[in-house]
Amino acid sequence: MLTILFDGVAYGMLLFILACGLTVTLGLMNFINLAHGAFAMAGGYVTVIMMNRYGISFYWCLPAAFIVAAVIGLILERTLYRWLYQAPHLDQVLFSIGLVFMAIAATDYFMGGQQQLINLPPELSGRMDVFGVGVGRYRLFTIILCAVLAVALQLILSKTRFGSRLRAAVDDRRVAMGLGINVPVVFALTFAFGSGLAGLGGAMGAEILGLDPNFPLKFMIYFLIVVSVGGTSTVSGPFLAALLLGIADVAGKYYVPAIGPFIIYALMIIMLIVRPNGLFARGGR
Amino acid sequence: MTAVQQETTQGSNVTANLSTASAASRAARLMKRRSRIRFFEIVVWVAAIAAYFVLPSKMLILTEIAILALFAVSLDLVLGFAGIVSLGHAAFFGLGAYVAGLVALYYVAEPVVGLIVAGIAAGILGLLTSFLILRGSDLTRLMTTLGIGLMMAEVANQMAWLTGGADGLSGFSPGAILGLFEFDLFGKVGYLYCLAVLFIGTMIMRRIAFSPFGLSLKAIKGNAMRAGMIAVPARKRIVIVYTIAAVFAGMAGALLTQTTAFVSPDVLAFHRSADVLLVLVIGGTGYLYGGLFGAILFTLVKDWLSVITPQYWMFYIGLLLVILVLIGRDRLARWVEYLPERFSKKEDGPQKESRP
Repeated sequence: MLTILFDGVAYGMLLFILACGLTVTLGLMNFINLAHGAFAMAGGYVTVIMMNRYGISFYWCLPAAFIVAAVIGLILERTLYRWLYQAPHLDQVLFSIGLVFMAIAATDYFMGGQQQLINLPPELSGRMDVFGVGVGRYRLFTIILCAVLAVALQLILSKTRFGSRLRAAVDDRRVAMGLGINVPVVFALTFAFGSGLAGLGGAMGAEILGLDPNFPLKFMIYFLIVVSVGGTSTVSGPFLAALLLGIADVAGKYYVPAIGPFIIYALMIIMLIVRPNGLFARGGR
Repeated sequence: MTAVQQETTQGSNVTANLSTASAASRAARLMKRRSRIRFFEIVVWVAAIAAYFVLPSKMLILTEIAILALFAVSLDLVLGFAGIVSLGHAAFFGLGAYVAGLVALYYVAEPVVGLIVAGIAAGILGLLTSFLILRGSDLTRLMTTLGIGLMMAEVANQMAWLTGGADGLSGFSPGAILGLFEFDLFGKVGYLYCLAVLFIGTMIMRRIAFSPFGLSLKAIKGNAMRAGMIAVPARKRIVIVYTIAAVFAGMAGALLTQTTAFVSPDVLAFHRSADVLLVLVIGGTGYLYGGLFGAILFTLVKDWLSVITPQYWMFYIGLLLVILVLIGRDRLARWVEYLPERFSKKEDGPQKESRP
């Protein structure tokens, strides 16, 4: 029971890292980016290639996954995404679905369609007992790392100059530009950072979530749930939403495997009807 | 879109100065002008029938086009007229496909009955789910429709005792249409059957779309709040049009089942919803025939690509989507407005060119 809870928390944390970049693009920049999972997949495959082909340590792979995904994000943002910020939502949806299709086919072409496996370093694999609860070491590692990242994110957004610039740019783009904030640069950096986080999440999730070319489609709905349920006005909203989703999903798969995914989707739809702006939305945004 | 807006604004400006009786007659004339049969429509249908005689070896792909066209036209009713971006339209298509399969398997082999039952079943699902898309923004609707689509796929996958699960539903063969026309081996009857359903369906949807009801939908699409202020019951209209679109999407699914005698779980897959959006984007939204043109182009391109790269055609479909969006959808869809309106243009007095 507690083990399931623990696994759920780890899963939820991972979802948060994967989805929090999307919170910014989707919620703050108001861009419906269904291709977010593609960045996560890029991170995952970077890890797989580095570890399995070149035997580089897992710990070096994580920052590498972040950087590669961030660079891809930055390039795509500068070349493609920025033309579509003002476009209708339908265009954004079509564009990002197109990107997803391309990413899936390209990955299939270069890496093959099979599940990718990575070998974790020995100190991270296996389980240990903490007060009688079986705890996977890798999951513990995930939780700690994700928690640190979540706190860091919250601090960056609320305390640093960049965070306040971002919030200003989001609240009112024109006024922010009038005040001398270089909004396109802020957006581009944020987009790259979000993509990088997704890449990091993908790298860490290769073990827990699995990794194959259909990753972006398979987890697209999860990312969207996190963002839409959590709301986009805070970091803590999506964080709690991701935790809830992770626990519910793990528990659902364990106890009622037949209808587990069904429950998740049903809950999401009910959520969206009851609180269209997210579970933890501030009033009158 | 621009043509319609201009026509309506032009109409309302003029009518404001006149008495109500003449305003009503002018409005009626305006509606009539919007809804008259255009030249290219006749060409489309003649070409579709001609294809039966000219391309006897291509019946299967023609059938595929006809089914996809009906599906796309039904989505256009939702997307192009009511302005609802749906990522889960395949839910209705898939439900229709499964219902038609089950009807053929357990009850009646006659296809028209299956078609109608499938349409009704999809319509009921559409009616039930339409209430979910009334609230919230584009994103919420997107999520809700996506969720419904995924839920349907999950249900079909889990209820293996009924739907065959991942193996699909097979073991039935559709009987003669109305007891008269047996399906033949080459799909000729199948094509004519699909074409007939497509024609009737498109004509019904055309009647709906170019009626005052369709005009009010465009008003809702433009601005739901303002539409409400001129006494358009936005919520009710959306519920109705979403249900109607679901009925026809279900029928398209039923057609697929009946012409292939097989239902694969693929009918509910996400990429089907994405494909049909792409079809509409290629053909242009908001005038119904976009679904037809888009279906023709999309199926040909897909067929061509899957011959060249059987495994990776998805990449090029994605590339096509990205390029289409970056070029600009409306720029592509504009070619239709250069088509001749009809043979003679004299009846309604001077008419402005529709392009600004």
